[in-house]
Amino acid sequence: MRKVFARPSAARDGFLALLTLALIVAVSARFPRFASPGSLADVLDDTSILILLAFGQMLVILTRGIDLSMASNLALSGMVAALFNRTFPELSTAAPIALAVLSGTLLGAFNGVLVWQLRLPSIVVTLGTLSIYRGMVYVLSKGTWVNSNQMSQPFLQLVRAHFTGLSALTWLAIAAALCAAFVLRYTVFGRNVFAVGGNPQAAAYAGIDAGRVQCLAFTVSGALAGLCGYLWVSRFAVAYTDVAIGFELQVIAACLIGGASIAGGTGSALGVLIGCLFLGVIKNALPLIGISPFWQMGINGVVITIAAVLNARGERTVKRAILEAEPV
Amino acid sequence: MRLLRWEAVLALALIADLFFNSLVSPYFFNLWTLSDATYQFTEKAIVALPLALLVIAGEIDISVAGIIALASVAMGLAAGHGVETSALIAIGLATGLIAGAVNGMLVTVFKVPSIVATIGTMSLFRGTAYAILGDRVLKGYPASFAVFGQGYAFGPVTVELALLLILAALAVLALHYSRFGRGIYAIGANAIASRWSGLAVDRYRFVLFALTGLMSGIAAILLTSRLGSTRPSIAQGWELEIVSIVILGGVAVTGGKGTIWGVLLAAMLLGFVQFGLGLLNVPGIVMSIVIGALLIAVVAVPALSAHRAGRVTLS
Repeated sequence: MRKVFARPSAARDGFLALLTLALIVAVSARFPRFASPGSLADVLDDTSILILLAFGQMLVILTRGIDLSMASNLALSGMVAALFNRTFPELSTAAPIALAVLSGTLLGAFNGVLVWQLRLPSIVVTLGTLSIYRGMVYVLSKGTWVNSNQMSQPFLQLVRAHFTGLSALTWLAIAAALCAAFVLRYTVFGRNVFAVGGNPQAAAYAGIDAGRVQCLAFTVSGALAGLCGYLWVSRFAVAYTDVAIGFELQVIAACLIGGASIAGGTGSALGVLIGCLFLGVIKNALPLIGISPFWQMGINGVVITIAAVLNARGERTVKRAILEAEPV
Repeated sequence: MRLLRWEAVLALALIADLFFNSLVSPYFFNLWTLSDATYQFTEKAIVALPLALLVIAGEIDISVAGIIALASVAMGLAAGHGVETSALIAIGLATGLIAGAVNGMLVTVFKVPSIVATIGTMSLFRGTAYAILGDRVLKGYPASFAVFGQGYAFGPVTVELALLLILAALAVLALHYSRFGRGIYAIGANAIASRWSGLAVDRYRFVLFALTGLMSGIAAILLTSRLGSTRPSIAQGWELEIVSIVILGGVAVTGGKGTIWGVLLAAMLLGFVQFGLGLLNVPGIVMSIVIGALLIAVVAVPALSAHRAGRVTLS
């Protein structure tokens, strides 16, 4: 039993962390300013939204699901917050933030209920809501942009606040990381998530309602997407239909690179955090070493593909050990 | 229990939409208008055919639009060096085939789950297109290249439509009237049992991925020829529309179930609905709400009726 609970992925997380550090060292060898505390803090700030989203996505992936609608949810919730702030600029910023989280939670719960009650495959449901939510941003905003001059100062400044050198956004990501690690390891919900992803039948026999756990995972994922909707709109000081379009793939990529298995039940908060930082460092290093940002997507593709091959190999050895013979 | 086959439902929906479109515009039931409308679905349907086979076999490929972009860039670069039309076709097909083979290798040799593998290669293929082109546009296609996407086979039947009909006939033969097709259903229903029954499961999978790549190459030729230019963003978001066509066509994402007829009808239905909404000046982004809702409704309605009837069992 100890083998099951000791994380077999610890070596893999260590390797990925070393790779990330090596990357920072290599870049800063030519551009020493990259490793300065200020610059690294910027990288963290730039990666924070990815980290927050990745923890939501990881929960869903752990329960054998996938949430493709995350970026559309983010855009819609961000637009809701921005429109609310434009209409009622004198209200406290807490109001649009709460509204964004509420909107995200409801949109996530919609995915979750369909998956839970109707047992629909999550890939189909979220493929559908990816289009629906994105289209609703356009309908809601009538295709217009909400620009920074239409947003109130507190609405814009909150994410820009700095404490002890790190941005509010970074602190939020750190809090989320601690929270994710704690929830997954020490709460009943967290253990249920692994149980459902690892073996839904066994989980059912143990009295766990797999569908309900999946639904909760989607709801949490939606709530985080909603929060990030506000954060994104505030950080980039603009809301429009195409906000964060395609970002769901980067989030999924960060999870996969961080060792979360699409087959469910395997993954850790630490791994996913390192996966996000790895992508974040690459993204911020590219323009420095003079590589056009047009290369970003291709490099991500290479990284995801390599990570997928390595993950698959790791999973295969475990399966072999249990089953001895692998029929397919 | 079921009153109608799914294909019949799709056909009725298609007829209803055609009727609706004719109310929207008096010019809709004109041979040339209808001929124009087919461009809404021909290229996507050509990719949806092999993708349907792949999904029936229990796999998925979401890198198809990335393959289209990569093949289009390859042809564009070659055209810039004065390569002739026939060679351009060969380059487009080869690029598609190689990209499909890469997916097939990842799934069969490296045992990567197909959704993960093709999320990776989707970024890889489109990312390569972006890395090569950046914000440039490739245009130097020879005049004879235009025939595939802009020409007519006979009367108002476009070259694209004629090609789709031929490929669809081949797909029907392959899936519904051949041993190969029975093998696909068997693998989708139970891959392990199929392997133990002596089916070369991985060989099937590899062939299907390669085929999907090849057909994406064909779609790239048609689309590039129709547009007359290549940007790295070509066919952006098509993977979702093509997967939607396959699912709307009644193919089960869990594998083992689905027909080519359903997929063809779904492609036509989506195409004509989009064309009709276009007649109403509905923006494309709003159409995506309709498509998304349709996609969920298709899987939710049968599940809902089963739920009502209390026939939901633990899977």
